[in-house]
Amino acid sequence: MRLYAIVAAGGFRRHATYRVATAAGVFTNTVFGFIMAYTYIALWDERPQLGGYDLSQALTYVWLGQALLMTCAMMGGGFEDELVERIRTGDVAVDLYRPADLQLWWLAGDLGRAAFHLIGRGIVPMAVGALAFDLAMPASPLTWLAFLVSVALGVVVSFAVRFLVALSAFWLMDGAGVIQMAWLAALFFSGMLLPLNLFPGVLGEVARALPWSSLLQVPADVFLGTYSGTGLLSAYAFQAGWAAALLAAGRLLQAVATRRVVVQGG
Amino acid sequence: MADTRTAEAGAAGTRADGPGTAGARLGEALRAYGLIVAMWIRSTMAYRASFAMTAFGNFVATGFDFVTVLLMFSHVDALGGWSLPEIAFLYGTTSTAFGLADLVLGSMDRLGRRVRDGTLDTLLVRPVPVLAQVAADRFALRRLGRVTQGLLVLGYALLTLDIDWTAGRVAAVPMMLLCGGAIFGSVFVAGAAFQFFALDAAEVQSAFTYGGNTLLQYPPSIFAKDLVRGVTFVVPLAFVNWVPSLYVLDRESPLGLPDWLALLPPLVAALCMGLAGLAWRTGLRAYRSTGN
Repeated sequence: MRLYAIVAAGGFRRHATYRVATAAGVFTNTVFGFIMAYTYIALWDERPQLGGYDLSQALTYVWLGQALLMTCAMMGGGFEDELVERIRTGDVAVDLYRPADLQLWWLAGDLGRAAFHLIGRGIVPMAVGALAFDLAMPASPLTWLAFLVSVALGVVVSFAVRFLVALSAFWLMDGAGVIQMAWLAALFFSGMLLPLNLFPGVLGEVARALPWSSLLQVPADVFLGTYSGTGLLSAYAFQAGWAAALLAAGRLLQAVATRRVVVQGG
Repeated sequence: MADTRTAEAGAAGTRADGPGTAGARLGEALRAYGLIVAMWIRSTMAYRASFAMTAFGNFVATGFDFVTVLLMFSHVDALGGWSLPEIAFLYGTTSTAFGLADLVLGSMDRLGRRVRDGTLDTLLVRPVPVLAQVAADRFALRRLGRVTQGLLVLGYALLTLDIDWTAGRVAAVPMMLLCGGAIFGSVFVAGAAFQFFALDAAEVQSAFTYGGNTLLQYPPSIFAKDLVRGVTFVVPLAFVNWVPSLYVLDRESPLGLPDWLALLPPLVAALCMGLAGLAWRTGLRAYRSTGN
């Protein structure tokens, strides 16, 4: 357990070294936040209460999206490129000989990365958004806490999907295509483009049931106070269920892939 | 080897001719750009399946922006007073213009990384203009996906819009694509020049390139007036499509600007290119190798 805590701290520190890049990212998130906020204002101007949100809730959703974009790695998040590269070159064999579990090792590092991005790239855009627009900030500290739990679950779901994507490199020489498809799916089905409540009909139902809704839609709804009591528990259960299922799938694939490494001697 | 020596001799020859041969230098830069691009296309085509997949991915990824617009229009009939075909016109013009700039100069944002890891030095000693080398580096033909997607939406807009076509309006459309591409291209070059000073700031460039493109996909009427003024007079992105679109679609300017501004994009594009070139030279002169 201590080992993984150290790996997580390493993941945090590693991303914390890129200060200029973080500042540049904050700037970009803020610019996109403003552009999207104005398009949402135009949309809610025509249809107040669209998707069950009032205007200030919709604007809060925009800035939450910018704050969580890197945290939940909705456009992909680095570790999968690195793991694919290690699989391709055979360096992954070294990882497998470590007295640590491959999946937990990378998960710990990714949690550290997410924690840094939540602080480094989440707080400032959110604060700027709150200064420029009338946002629906939770009054109760408990809601903030509930939100953080939901974000943590979202990060685990995001990791579990990306771990599966990276393992595909054991079978495909080049992971670029699969990685791209994966972040396209994450971008579309997380609710980053538009809240999933606004997706029409069956598309909306499917989108809300897929794992990616754990990345933004569910944490945002927790933040906006949509869930309370058992509702909150069922939201958590939804996220945790996907996390468990996807992690288990990753574990299974990892076992198959490990045998493959031994067979090839790579 | 023989090739390199000829190229060096050629470059030395142009340099000896003095400053009167700016045209020759430009020709040389374009030729070098073309050669490097051809090399990358050949190497891309070695993995055709991978190319097809990433080009399709590019097409889909850029299409998401328009899917968002379509999803919005599943709830409303107009956004900021603009209809779907009108927004499609804005979207198609900026996406195509941006796609052209991205195709030609999209590798510029790697400059910061090159400075950091020292690989820029290898480009400096080659007898080929550095800008041409950086621009052509890792030329990605898959970026045609964005251009294709932009042109398709523009095609949809032109088919559904009821425009009173005059010669001026017909000419305005290709002018928007070319001048818009040049304006976005200038932003790419200026952004790269900025990275000589702030090595890790590639994302600031994205705010102006990708952010600017996203902004221009929506009508100016929905944004705060100060923001519209900023992208008209400070970073003149509005000349990519907002200003000329008001003329083509016969709409009033939200800033109350006169119609003849629609004639300005070529001038604005030329000015932007000049300023970007100046910024690039300043950055390159200030460059000190990290020495790794």
